[in-house]
Amino acid sequence: MTEKPVPVPDEISEPFFDGARQGRLMLQHCSACDGWSFPVRERCPHCFSAGLQWRQASGRGSLYTFTIMHQVMNPGFASAVPYNIAQIDLAEGVRMTSNIVSTGNEALRIGMPLEVVFEEADGNVSLPKFRPAAG
Amino acid sequence: MANQPKGAIAGLGVTQMGKIYGRRAVDFAAEAIALALEDAGLNKSDVDGLLINANLSGDMDARSQMVMGFENLTLINAMSAYGSTAGSMMQYACMAIQEGLANVVVLVYADAPLSATRGAGQSYAGPHRFPLAGMAGLRAAYGNFGANPEYAMAARRHMHLYGTTSEQLGAIAVGQRAWAQLSPWAQMKQPMTLEDHQASRFIAEPLRLLDCCLVSNGAVAVIVTSSERTRDLRQPPVNVLGYAQCAPGDNLRTDRHPAVETGAKRSGEIAFRMAGINRDDIGTCQLYDCYTYTVLVTLEDYGFCAKGEGGAFVADGKLAPGGALPTNTGGGQLSGYYMWGFTPLSEAVVQARGQGGARQVPRNDYVLVSANGGILTYHSTIILSRHASG
Repeated sequence: MTEKPVPVPDEISEPFFDGARQGRLMLQHCSACDGWSFPVRERCPHCFSAGLQWRQASGRGSLYTFTIMHQVMNPGFASAVPYNIAQIDLAEGVRMTSNIVSTGNEALRIGMPLEVVFEEADGNVSLPKFRPAAG
Repeated sequence: MANQPKGAIAGLGVTQMGKIYGRRAVDFAAEAIALALEDAGLNKSDVDGLLINANLSGDMDARSQMVMGFENLTLINAMSAYGSTAGSMMQYACMAIQEGLANVVVLVYADAPLSATRGAGQSYAGPHRFPLAGMAGLRAAYGNFGANPEYAMAARRHMHLYGTTSEQLGAIAVGQRAWAQLSPWAQMKQPMTLEDHQASRFIAEPLRLLDCCLVSNGAVAVIVTSSERTRDLRQPPVNVLGYAQCAPGDNLRTDRHPAVETGAKRSGEIAFRMAGINRDDIGTCQLYDCYTYTVLVTLEDYGFCAKGEGGAFVADGKLAPGGALPTNTGGGQLSGYYMWGFTPLSEAVVQARGQGGARQVPRNDYVLVSANGGILTYHSTIILSRHASG
């Protein structure tokens, strides 16, 4: 059986994946304009400053929208369908795409509070995912 | 120069579409351009501008000029704002013609993602080689491939906010299938009912198979020149009265709501103002329809109905043959053929000329054309007319 694809950290995303392995959601924060950004990038998308710093994010957010995938787009997900893909609005103001775990797809509700959890993909890489949180 | 034609369409070439295997995109492109020149009554040597819509596979680029043997071009580029590129190309062609940089500009889209071993589902599924590094790898690890999940999430958001239903989206698909049955170019000919739509399997909930566009091998070419020049050519002139782009920006911020308002709103406002006409003047819409939902949100953003009322607006069949707002009259990308923004553009030319045969709409004075690229990221609008002013 084909496994799900596991990401390989590259130079710029390494702090994100290092954080995830240690159970911390790390995002880039701009010291010049106080803006957060995601996905990972070289320069602040708000003000063009190159002074992005890695900071631990709250890991809290809410469900903005989601889909239940039925089509197998990659053989690694053949046994995973139907699985959810969700957009999570984080408290920091960025919208992150991930999966919701610890609950059934039928229980997903837009607006529900969520918190980050970390799921090991292999020995070296963990993925930030989200589960329902107390309101 | 408000209310003056920015340029005009003199020729249209559309190849066979669909599961036509073993040919390169550039070969389809050459055939479409030859058809368009014949259609216009122009010669290959008349062409001095070539704008190529870069496709996802990357095999349509500026070097296509050499493969196709064009010489002494004074305008050449491969352009990409993804699905919205057709409208951008039309803008740049008209501006170049007005500026005297070129006289006869070919716009072409060609693609050949389908093969005997690679079907529609995998053609636009994104990367096929793993592992992937960094953020691309993260996206894949969540099972997020291609456009299907992204548009599904946008449609879900719209449903949540406004009560839009799958049946309402289905009305769009059913109407366009009815149009496709009237078009000799359309790939999908078998009748479709709302029950068929509802019975079709989910691809990415809430989107079903029959909410999703086709994937086609083929090409479309459009020849643009000045409005004056088209008067002496073979076909009835189709004047370009207005055009605009809008790219709203990063979707991955919590203050952005791409599922709610797309670039159609701003680009539509600009294009209507430029053309000097109102929505009521539009006799037919040719809208980018990668998914049924795209049509619905585009109609809202162009102001044909209030925001959030798109579901009820389309549910009565007004987009279908005989309806009050005939839309995607060649079947669109859902049932006709998938050539990015050249699907709506090509059908708009047919309708504006009055050459639609069984599918010709009664009011073809002004035709609204949209194109949409990325994940509701890029938008272009064109207003075409058989008249030389708005």
